[in-house]
Amino acid sequence: MQINRRRVKLTRDRVFSSRELSLLAILILIVAGIQLRNSTFLSSRSINDMLKNYSTTITLALGMMSVLLIGGIDISVSATLAFSGMSASLLMRDGVYSSTLVMFLVSTAIGTLCGLLVGLVISRGKVLPIIATLGFANIFRGATYIISDSRWVSAYQFDSAFKRFAQTRTLTFGLMNNLVFIALVCYLVFFVVMRWTRFGRRIYAVGSNPEAASISGININRVKLAVYTMAGSFAGLIGAMYTSLYASAQSDMGMGMEMDAIASCVLGGVSLSGGQGGVPGVLLGAMTMTVISKALPLIGISQFWQKAIKGIIILIAIIINVLAQRAIHRNAMRARERQI
Amino acid sequence: MTAHPDRSILAARNKSLKSVFMRWEFLLLGLFLAINIMNAVISPYYLNAGNLFTAINSFLVKGFIAMPMAYLLVLGDIDLSVGSTVALSATLLGVSYNAGVPMGLAILIALLCGTMCGLLNGLILTRFTELAPMIVTLGTMTLYRGISEMILGSQSTGSFHNVSWFYQIYYARLGPVPYLFFFFCLLALAFGFVLHKTIFGRQLFAIGSNRLTAKYSGVPVQRHRLICYTLMGLVCGMSGVFYSSWMGTVRFDIATGYELEAISVAVLGGISTSGGKGTFPGAIISIFIIGLLGYGLGLINVNSQTILMIIGLILIAVVMAPNLKTRRKPGIKTS
Amino acid sequence: MRKLTALILALMMVAGLAAVAQAADLSGQTYAIITKSAGNPYNEREASGFEEVIKAAGANVIVKHPAQITAEAQITLINELVAQKVTGIAVAGNDFDALETALKAAMAAGIKVVSLDSAVNPASRLTHINQAGVVEVAQALVDAAYDLMGGEGEWAILSATATASNQNAWIAAMQELLKDEKYAKLNLVEIAYGDDIYQTSVDETQALLQNYPNLKLINAPTTVGIAAASKVITDNELQGKVIVTGLGLPSEMAEFMGQGSVACPYMFLWNPIDVGRTAAYALLEMVNGELTGALGESFTAANGVTYIVTEAGDKGTEIIIGPPFEFNADNIEDWKTVY
Repeated sequence: MQINRRRVKLTRDRVFSSRELSLLAILILIVAGIQLRNSTFLSSRSINDMLKNYSTTITLALGMMSVLLIGGIDISVSATLAFSGMSASLLMRDGVYSSTLVMFLVSTAIGTLCGLLVGLVISRGKVLPIIATLGFANIFRGATYIISDSRWVSAYQFDSAFKRFAQTRTLTFGLMNNLVFIALVCYLVFFVVMRWTRFGRRIYAVGSNPEAASISGININRVKLAVYTMAGSFAGLIGAMYTSLYASAQSDMGMGMEMDAIASCVLGGVSLSGGQGGVPGVLLGAMTMTVISKALPLIGISQFWQKAIKGIIILIAIIINVLAQRAIHRNAMRARERQI
Repeated sequence: MTAHPDRSILAARNKSLKSVFMRWEFLLLGLFLAINIMNAVISPYYLNAGNLFTAINSFLVKGFIAMPMAYLLVLGDIDLSVGSTVALSATLLGVSYNAGVPMGLAILIALLCGTMCGLLNGLILTRFTELAPMIVTLGTMTLYRGISEMILGSQSTGSFHNVSWFYQIYYARLGPVPYLFFFFCLLALAFGFVLHKTIFGRQLFAIGSNRLTAKYSGVPVQRHRLICYTLMGLVCGMSGVFYSSWMGTVRFDIATGYELEAISVAVLGGISTSGGKGTFPGAIISIFIIGLLGYGLGLINVNSQTILMIIGLILIAVVMAPNLKTRRKPGIKTS
Repeated sequence: MRKLTALILALMMVAGLAAVAQAADLSGQTYAIITKSAGNPYNEREASGFEEVIKAAGANVIVKHPAQITAEAQITLINELVAQKVTGIAVAGNDFDALETALKAAMAAGIKVVSLDSAVNPASRLTHINQAGVVEVAQALVDAAYDLMGGEGEWAILSATATASNQNAWIAAMQELLKDEKYAKLNLVEIAYGDDIYQTSVDETQALLQNYPNLKLINAPTTVGIAAASKVITDNELQGKVIVTGLGLPSEMAEFMGQGSVACPYMFLWNPIDVGRTAAYALLEMVNGELTGALGESFTAANGVTYIVTEAGDKGTEIIIGPPFEFNADNIEDWKTVY
């Protein structure tokens, strides 16, 4: 009996940590509050719209998470997103290809190259991540303006199958929106990689104690390079998702998305000093951010108040989370004392 | 007995660190000169004291923020809410002035507002020490700007230039040199002195390099953090006053992006974001390097986006250059 | 003595020749345009019109896009232009008042300053180039709503940023017009702001649809907003049920207009290229000394059009280019490749 309960607890811990559970509770509270104010919030159309529009930010949080886990940061992801999305769109406009799949692959490939460059500068050039990615954010964003000549790639210049892709459910044969499906697959793959592969364990090892990781034979530079490259690949993929979603490529697209991605991660329990946090937490953090952004216009709050309320909710959410953590720790301590 | 080799290692490390930093500031100073020479060569309009100081004045408004930001980075902390704090302070100044409050009092309100914003950041972070500064200040960044937006909505508030002495705060000059520049230099000296020559400053470094060790050796870690965040707020309030004097009008979306600019000049100046390392003069030189580089390129009408790209490239190149050099060093030694 | 007279005469002739040569040759002059922001096709077209006219006149041209959509970024650019001693500046202001000190300094240095598209306050400009009268635009938009909704029902406005001076002026004028008995059954339920960001505009449109199930029309007087609203309507297959109209660029809207069931039956705009051109003509006239920007003046530009300086709503003067132009299913195909 005793063992059984412990095993149950262990499996629960493997999916959700206590911190993630308390965030889940907060998220449910927020959703319930919104639903009371506007009963259309939990309609299937509303949820579909929400997940579809924010599939980009939600997925971006994954790339950011891997970077934060090794104690780094990547401010350049939204510029990478714009650069790869714009390059791939320009090629489609000029008739180099018309296939949606090729467009996604090209965009992801360009994003990967951008990430590789960032990774090289950070791992080989030993530049602090914040300064390297700040610099690259400027460079990639500027390059986007230059290659596009500050023009948009407009809806009529895209292939129609590509525009339809973001609105249809072909990949899952009608189960869910294509972009939501892509986001889901990314999360599942990442969950498995971070938890059960050597690569995932190395990321955590480097993040929690770089010296120990180095001594135990992990090539830190290689892990760093891989992680930033991965963040670039995600940004590239999202560049394609973004242009397909809005059927428009603009040189200022995605501006500021890196902050949302960072907020999602940290809200989800990823520590900025590295080594802590998991995929389920990031999902919850990203969902919380998404719900807040989507719901505030829905519950009839004046647009001029939304930013302030968003700020307060973020602050309250993280503080409640800390208080909940403290309470859990105190209980655990007491329980341990009683056992002794 | 074992203390002896330890100490020599420490001493050696200190020496090498010191020489690196000496070299770093030297490098920055060289870069500063190079940029000035380059600007003078590429544009015949560059060496005009009046215009030059017009340009300098405009980036000093955000330059002030880099000073307390340097303190926070040394602590291993960070503040992303600075741009929003500037906006909120300037908003309150505008709203209270237009509600009939005398300008002098309105300035006090702005400074107080900035200080309270910083204090709130500091209070949250010192009460809940497990929270990362980045997420808390990301939250207050949204909150402070949100309050400003709540107050002003689609309106701007202004006509500050009706008060001529208020106009003079930003625009008054002694010869070609604005008084604001003198004030900036004085404040920079004060900040530099406190960081490098006082116990308080040394304790900031101690906290930054190892918070626990600092705590156990009796440094009031949380109190110092609170002081630095509050100071940051006060300086943001000041920057808000200068901004209002500069523009004569305020809206909620002003000073966006100041946080990253302040952080990047501090880091370019050699202050590590992981805390405990850095020198103050480097950060001050960097303000001028980035500002004047932008101005020079603007004078030959390089596209704004390209200027951002060039600044990004230089940021990376400058920080990377010495690292590549030190990697080659062992090779030279063995040969 | 004779030698001296000859020398003076010769010098005067040379000076006179030089003066004549200078009047015909504008190559020493430089004109600059500062747009609202980079990366917006509307601003690009405006700058291209300006560039075309100035180059044709034989002078140099500088196009500057600020790094951010703020007055602060524009002030930096103005200071750079003043330092370069340019001849004339045309600026689409990101703030009505904030550019005043910088532009006054420019005018004090002898630089001719006009605003275009989005005005700066009368003290900071010689005149303003207005793409279309504020009331005319508002009237066209309100009439479009009346026509497309059949005279009654709920409708909403999706604007740019809350601080955009153009959009705010149009919206204020529209609200004034709506007080008329004729529009009594038009129920304006909300003014939403999409911040001229595509994603935000899409969110706001979806919120409007969800909050007002009986919504019949969305009026978006901004390029980004109207394209985003049309996209949402098209994706949700609501064409005909919720109608989109407003102000937009034909190239961005071609997808959502045309024959059959479309999101946007018709919309309005002026030619942004013409706005840039007119600003250039006005500056050239000012430098020639033919125009000061005072009320009642007029000039005929190289394109044969006569422009008249009229009084603006802000007590300054302005040059209005013409009424807004209607784009519909019949002409959209021709215009989408133009701008």
